[in-house]
Amino acid sequence: MTTNMTGFAPSRRTLLKGAGAGLLASAFAPPVWAQSAPIKLGFQLHRTGIGAAYGRWYERTAQAALKVVNDGGGINGRPVEIVFEDDGTDPKRGAEVVEKLVSQHNCDLIFGPLFSHVVIGSAPRAGELKVPYLVCSEGYHVASGMLNRWTMQPGITDVRAQVSSMAPWVLANLGKKVTMVFPDYAFGHDHRDFFSAAVKAGGGEIVGLIAVPPTETSFTRYLPQIPAETEVLYHVMVGPAVLTFVKELGEFYGSGPRPQIFGFIDSLEAVDTASPGLEFLEGTHFWEGHNRVKQADAPDYETTYRAAVGVDDNGASVSDAKDVSTYAHMFSVWETLHVIKAGMEASGYQGVGDRQKFVEAVEAMTDMPAGLAHVQGDKKFNGKTHQVFGHQFISQVQGGKLMRVHTTSLEDGMYEDAVDYSTQSF
Amino acid sequence: MSFGPFLLLALLEGTVMAAVLALTAVGLSLVFGVMRVVNVAHGEFFMLGAVGAWFITYYLPLPPGLAWLVALIIAPLVVGAIAALADVTILKRLKYDPEATIVATIGLLYILQQAALTFYGPDARPVEPPFSLRLQFPWFGYSGYKLFVVAAAGAILLAVWLFMTRTKAGLVMRATQVDMETARAFGINVDRVYAGTFALGAALAAAAAVLIVPIQQAHYLMGHDPLLLSFIVVIIGGLGSIRGTLIAALLIGLSDGVISMFFSPTLAKIIATLLVAMVLVFRPQGLFGARA
Repeated sequence: MTTNMTGFAPSRRTLLKGAGAGLLASAFAPPVWAQSAPIKLGFQLHRTGIGAAYGRWYERTAQAALKVVNDGGGINGRPVEIVFEDDGTDPKRGAEVVEKLVSQHNCDLIFGPLFSHVVIGSAPRAGELKVPYLVCSEGYHVASGMLNRWTMQPGITDVRAQVSSMAPWVLANLGKKVTMVFPDYAFGHDHRDFFSAAVKAGGGEIVGLIAVPPTETSFTRYLPQIPAETEVLYHVMVGPAVLTFVKELGEFYGSGPRPQIFGFIDSLEAVDTASPGLEFLEGTHFWEGHNRVKQADAPDYETTYRAAVGVDDNGASVSDAKDVSTYAHMFSVWETLHVIKAGMEASGYQGVGDRQKFVEAVEAMTDMPAGLAHVQGDKKFNGKTHQVFGHQFISQVQGGKLMRVHTTSLEDGMYEDAVDYSTQSF
Repeated sequence: MSFGPFLLLALLEGTVMAAVLALTAVGLSLVFGVMRVVNVAHGEFFMLGAVGAWFITYYLPLPPGLAWLVALIIAPLVVGAIAALADVTILKRLKYDPEATIVATIGLLYILQQAALTFYGPDARPVEPPFSLRLQFPWFGYSGYKLFVVAAAGAILLAVWLFMTRTKAGLVMRATQVDMETARAFGINVDRVYAGTFALGAALAAAAAVLIVPIQQAHYLMGHDPLLLSFIVVIIGGLGSIRGTLIAALLIGLSDGVISMFFSPTLAKIIATLLVAMVLVFRPQGLFGARA
């Protein structure tokens, strides 16, 4: 039996019109809750694409930090919310995500992106929208003056400071003739430029520079380019194929003679150092932004932080030992959220009208003491270059575990200011 | 490293690439030869093979070597079944119209890729090789498993060749390739031949992926490169010609190995793409293709 619906037969077009009008009306509707509303933070997340391993852990770290902040009374007495939006680790989508977080979700500010090409692609849009954009990207592009006053990096040291602070140790302990293998985009270029400069300044020599596209899946063909005279092989790699890179490096040298190996932990983030095929890494050295394996002298707040983000003493998820964290980087999300809290409270932040006051409040920050807000260690923020400086760690693989052998001082990484953002107009 | 060992490593790498490429590209070539369908989703069948291998080795309570062997058999079968389903539900309904099937397989590409992202996730996950043997040359070490990949790919290709030339099913497929209408007039169930061919093409890509996944990792975006390279190989070899595909795979694989090693991998890709352009201009039917 069919029902006759004479008198009510909307065409597809009318339905669409009605739906469109409804959407428009809801977009213009004023917010019902004005003052008691939560503070909304936008998170630009690498949930998919080549940065997905980082994204998975950045989201967990952000949730953990959010819980700590909300349990402690929120910010300025208001609860805090985070809106996560996936950028596919893609610069084009990055700019769209910034737009969406500001225009559709009405976020107070945006934080969280790591990959330098995404940051460089998104920061101009943040500047145009006049929204604070707090990045966790390590790139020198913030302190170089390339970006804008709205972009800041208060949670992690940049590559320039990282590599120049460690170069003297590498030259003194591993060798003077260095070959570098690095990903062929902005982040890798920072490594190439500043480590090369630091090596030359320290009386060493760069004997080979090998650039590898970050989407590469096979690496053996690059390895013969490593000159035979190389004393130290410096490697930093990103993307989904990092495990292949390190494995093929091991196969290439096999049991034959090999240079000293100094790597950035980026080449092994989210990868178990005890994976089959990685035995050759025993005795080699790594930079770590934060020690993946809990060290004997770890302070109490480190234990609290590990428990909060759900990471065990080996750096893997407490619920799945195969799910290794991006421990050396993800502290930046935790610390950035605490800087946001401190900045909003210092500026008496009430709403989007106070965005400028917030940026000025962060620019006024200098010393950041170690503690639960700065779990990686004490830091110094430079309000002119919008860049923070922290300690760096060099670890050695001992018995399949990364054990710290050297810590740099804050001064080791300092360099002269290339820009003064605080004099630029908003 | 001096010239000799350098060349040896280049040839080893090139051979591994050629073997995997041949396996993937033969699947693409077969589908085009028999069905006249340009399968843009071919790379995703490759990806599904790798992802399937991860699922099988991760969840089967067997030692790594054995689990991988099971994956080598099961993953291509599953991927083949998915492909047959896609053929019956999509391509057949478009009556294998060349333009429509290109668009449809582009759609299929995204559906499979996003399905993998949804159910498998965005991470690259490793699959343990069935054995870890390292060959130590005086100048460098090399993975014994990579040489096994070459042998296995060769064996599978030999099996495909025997199947095409020595079995009745192969004869039926070749008959359909030569003239579909006449084949139908002689009582050949062309629908079944098409579904079978599409499944076989996808299964070959999946088998190549199961071989490669212990070297690389399974990742939802890993279908791009094999698709591009397969097209390069198939265009140079001549669409539909199995012999041409094999020779072109060897040519592209070895030249890629040697050029990447002595110059740069980017240059190798540039030259391969240039070669495609040259072939299209001067010999559009490919080196071994018949004139259309």
